[in-house]
Amino acid sequence: MHIPDGYLSPSTCATLYAGAIAGWYAALQRLKRALLSRMVPLISVFAAFAFVVMMFNLPLPGGTTGHAVGVTIAAIVLGPSGAILAISIALAIQALFFGDGGITTLGANCFNMAIVGSLVAYGSYRLIAAGSSIASKRRIVAAAVAGYLAVNAAAFVAAIEFGIQPALFHDASGTPLYAPYPFRVALPAMMIGHLTLAGLAEAVISAGLVAYLQVSDPALLQGTSGIAIGGAGAPASGRAVTSQRRLWLAVGLLMLLTPLGILAAGKAWSEWSPAEFAVAGSQAQAAAAATMPAATIPTGLQRLANLWTAPFPAYAPTFVKSTAFGYLLSAMFGVGFLLSSSLLVQRYLERRRTTRYWG
Amino acid sequence: MKSGGLIASTIFGFTRALSHALMSEEIARRRGLLQALDPRVRVIGLFALVLAVTLSRRITVVFALFLVAVMIAVFSGVSIRLLAQRVWLVALVFTGVIALPAIFITPGNVVATFAGGSLRITAQGVATAVLLIARVETAVTFTTLLILCTPWTHVLKALRSFRLPQEVIAMLAMTHRYVFLLVETANQMHESRQSRMVGRLLAAERRRMTARTAGVLLSKSMELSNDVYLAMRSRGFQGDIRILSDFHMKSSDYAGLLLFLCAGGFAAWMGR
Repeated sequence: MHIPDGYLSPSTCATLYAGAIAGWYAALQRLKRALLSRMVPLISVFAAFAFVVMMFNLPLPGGTTGHAVGVTIAAIVLGPSGAILAISIALAIQALFFGDGGITTLGANCFNMAIVGSLVAYGSYRLIAAGSSIASKRRIVAAAVAGYLAVNAAAFVAAIEFGIQPALFHDASGTPLYAPYPFRVALPAMMIGHLTLAGLAEAVISAGLVAYLQVSDPALLQGTSGIAIGGAGAPASGRAVTSQRRLWLAVGLLMLLTPLGILAAGKAWSEWSPAEFAVAGSQAQAAAAATMPAATIPTGLQRLANLWTAPFPAYAPTFVKSTAFGYLLSAMFGVGFLLSSSLLVQRYLERRRTTRYWG
Repeated sequence: MKSGGLIASTIFGFTRALSHALMSEEIARRRGLLQALDPRVRVIGLFALVLAVTLSRRITVVFALFLVAVMIAVFSGVSIRLLAQRVWLVALVFTGVIALPAIFITPGNVVATFAGGSLRITAQGVATAVLLIARVETAVTFTTLLILCTPWTHVLKALRSFRLPQEVIAMLAMTHRYVFLLVETANQMHESRQSRMVGRLLAAERRRMTARTAGVLLSKSMELSNDVYLAMRSRGFQGDIRILSDFHMKSSDYAGLLLFLCAGGFAAWMGR
């Protein structure tokens, strides 16, 4: 999956460098807030470990071999920020010292494997392993699935990068200037190998490593387990409280800003109501964007439009005269509804877990 | 693959990495064109040429840049045979396999047909395959020349002078150092395992064995990271990283930089 120089156009490389730089910056800032002095040797040694793990040939079903990337175990032990940096450092050493992967495409390789791979691995591992104990077998399954998904997500993004090249970058005679295959070829070509071999190798090594750590070094799985040290009932840390406070402030600020919506002119694309098909401005907008004639109301829209009547149509409850206040009230109602639904689901899950443990 | 063969191939990979590093150190100490230039000029200059290769849309310009790469290699004491065996052949096989189907499936003017007309070679297909292979070969030659003619510590110092965050430079330096330690450790673990093997293992057992080896290596890595951190603390490390930069640009370095940038700029302009 290491893309060499020459496969991607300069503009694609520049765009992906920009994406990778944003990811590196965010990861560095997060770690600086944590304890970078401790993280520097940890990430360095982990990057070296990932580099060596990439050399391990693993026997796979069918008599072939494959090798892992190490992104999943990095995300499980170091968290997403640490994994982004560790895998990026390993990829940079491979490109700059061993010539494996290009220099102009280093941003693309880091974006695909380090950033997309780490985030997918971390997210899927946390989702599947949520609520399980450190020694639970679910964590092994979670690591395997996370490894499989992470490698395939990275390959999928790489396939998209390859697939857009011939459409966007070709000369006057139609000769592709970079990777020559369109989506219909690039996507299966990349995905077949990763769905069958590379993804499997990452799944096997990630699951094996988590199983090993559960027995020999469970503390390494603690950091991203979601289980507070000292038990489930331990008080939340000061940092968590601060970040929650910030989140509440941000939500409050966004709610106060909702009346800005009334300043926007026109209608959001594809959100036309049947009545608006009769208005000249909306007709022109729909006609410019769609192939259907906008003068007539689509029959499906006409039939389904009255199926459900919103309690606050157009963010303006009928009993409120001021539009701005209507927006604010709608925002408060929406946020309150989402929060109470989330609390109810959380309460239900907690009750189920307690019932399972005690009875 | 037999379990012995699997371990042997893994050990071969480790040994190749170590020999590659030793070879780079040896070539970087020789007297030559690139070695005489300031490492920052080498990094900027060769990056500019790689960028020119990527920007060029004309095959003739890419070929001209390939000739420039060969000339730089000759004047820097890098064996053409070594480049051909370790770089050009590998890149040709890897990219050739990827580029070959493009000759047949790229739409365009048909220049030859095979198998009763079911296989058609198009001019556009040939052009894109040749351009892709030439571009990859040329870019990888420039990158290899940088790697072979510049010690890693100098590459890092050069990157430092481009205002990269000090933490990143420190991590690159430490990772490079510990890669070799961990490669050596993994090598010894595989060798000791191989020396105790009699008969064949099932594939599932081989998978478990590889995962266990990786697990032990992970535990050793974490211990190593703790030891390194404590050693850094004992030397007074408090989170501030300072890297010395003792490079001094001479007039020949400025001339070299100008030449590289002009060559890169001219090639990009000609190949637009």
